[in-house]
Amino acid sequence: MLKANNISFSYSPNQCLFDAIELSIQPGEVVGLYGQSGVGKSTFAKIIAGYLKPDKGSISVDGKLHPQKGRNPVQLIGQHPEKAINPYWQMKQVLEESGEYSDAFLEKLGISKEWMHRFPSQLSGGELQRFCLARAIAPETKYLIADEMTTMLDAITQAQIWQSVLQLVEQRQLGVLVISHELPLLNQICTRILNFEQLAGKV
Amino acid sequence: MTELIVRYLPLKRFRQRNRRKQALVMSAIAVVLLLILIGSGFFISADRLTVNFDVANSAPSLKYPFGTDWLGRNMFVRTIKGLALSFWVGLLAAFISVVIALILSLLLLLNKTMDTLVTGLIDLFLGLPHIIALILISFMFGGGLNGVIIAVALTHWPLLARLLRAEIMQIKNTEYITVSRNMGKSWTWIARHHVLPHLVPQLAIGFILMFPHAILHEASITFLGFGLSSEQPAIGIILSEAMGYLSSGMWWLAVFPGLMLLLMVAVFDSLGRNLRKVLDPFKGQQS
Repeated sequence: MLKANNISFSYSPNQCLFDAIELSIQPGEVVGLYGQSGVGKSTFAKIIAGYLKPDKGSISVDGKLHPQKGRNPVQLIGQHPEKAINPYWQMKQVLEESGEYSDAFLEKLGISKEWMHRFPSQLSGGELQRFCLARAIAPETKYLIADEMTTMLDAITQAQIWQSVLQLVEQRQLGVLVISHELPLLNQICTRILNFEQLAGKV
Repeated sequence: MTELIVRYLPLKRFRQRNRRKQALVMSAIAVVLLLILIGSGFFISADRLTVNFDVANSAPSLKYPFGTDWLGRNMFVRTIKGLALSFWVGLLAAFISVVIALILSLLLLLNKTMDTLVTGLIDLFLGLPHIIALILISFMFGGGLNGVIIAVALTHWPLLARLLRAEIMQIKNTEYITVSRNMGKSWTWIARHHVLPHLVPQLAIGFILMFPHAILHEASITFLGFGLSSEQPAIGIILSEAMGYLSSGMWWLAVFPGLMLLLMVAVFDSLGRNLRKVLDPFKGQQS
């Protein structure tokens, strides 16, 4: 179980962004999170994934506090895949950084073999986002934080990607936190939907 | 009409060729030119540097393409030999400088306190007048070839190191480094696989910019008497010796060796720019 205990964070000393957030995600659960722009959803996602340190509180995975050494079982997928991939690397290298991938797995995510020898600037946003997703999912990965993962994609690509993610959730019992502004999308894929402002106790 | 011109002008077609291939061809030509220059310096025997007072002070002719000096030495042979020597001195010193700059700047990733020390060291070296540092270090190592190389290598890294530090700072804060950290990669791994390839163009350009600097500084400390001894045919020595004879009308003593030095630096520069096109995916894909 992924647990966020009493998380507080502030960017400037006197102004606290959110205070004492409690959240837990079970394996195999898809939790939706929505809220207005600027309330701290993405910051919260970064804290859960260990990119940022919270001012107070802790994150634990299956009872173990993290971040620990080695690969983080919580992986974040962001809004800008073109920023999250080294522009000097061929896509093959991008996947190799994370580990070995079977052809069947890549096919399921809709990654064509032809793309492996291309540079990121030669692929579209949707194609890159598939690579980010493939890279985030390794045997060690237990939880996925999808921070506006498909916001910049068209409806069809969005549906394709979420379909493969939901399949993976079922197969590997991943826990997913979906952050989005799109309530219809959340209604479609989530088992539980939370309002961030309520979660942070702002309302 | 313009369409016709565009279609049939051979220049336009040439431009449409693959830039990477073009750059590779240009770099190959530059490498061959450099090899000819250095190779001929290697194969011309030192016997041809002997003093011959019969032909002293003769102007350029077919037998002596670059003329002879006041001792009757063949200036063409001396120039080629000198270029080869200057090339090795410059190459070695610039290479050591680049390595020092790279290692010191990579400390930014690995250790914060070390990085603070490096920043201080960069400021210290940049605050010191360049030529004074050169003279002191060269003098400390007893002058000569070793002294020159060590002095040039130890004084040319700070500018490049500062540049690389800024570059690394920028790369360090990119999202894909954070992702890599989250995948459990160590900073050493990230330095090798993520950061180093980004620095290759900077290193190449830094190396090329440092190369003429190194040669010129070698020449200047030699000129001041702290560098190579005067019987060695270094390009710096040739130029500084020629200064005294310019007023007596022996223009060939300075012009040809100077032009050859310029040529070598220009070839190096074009090599660097073309290599950059090959190495940098952004530049390579531009049409």
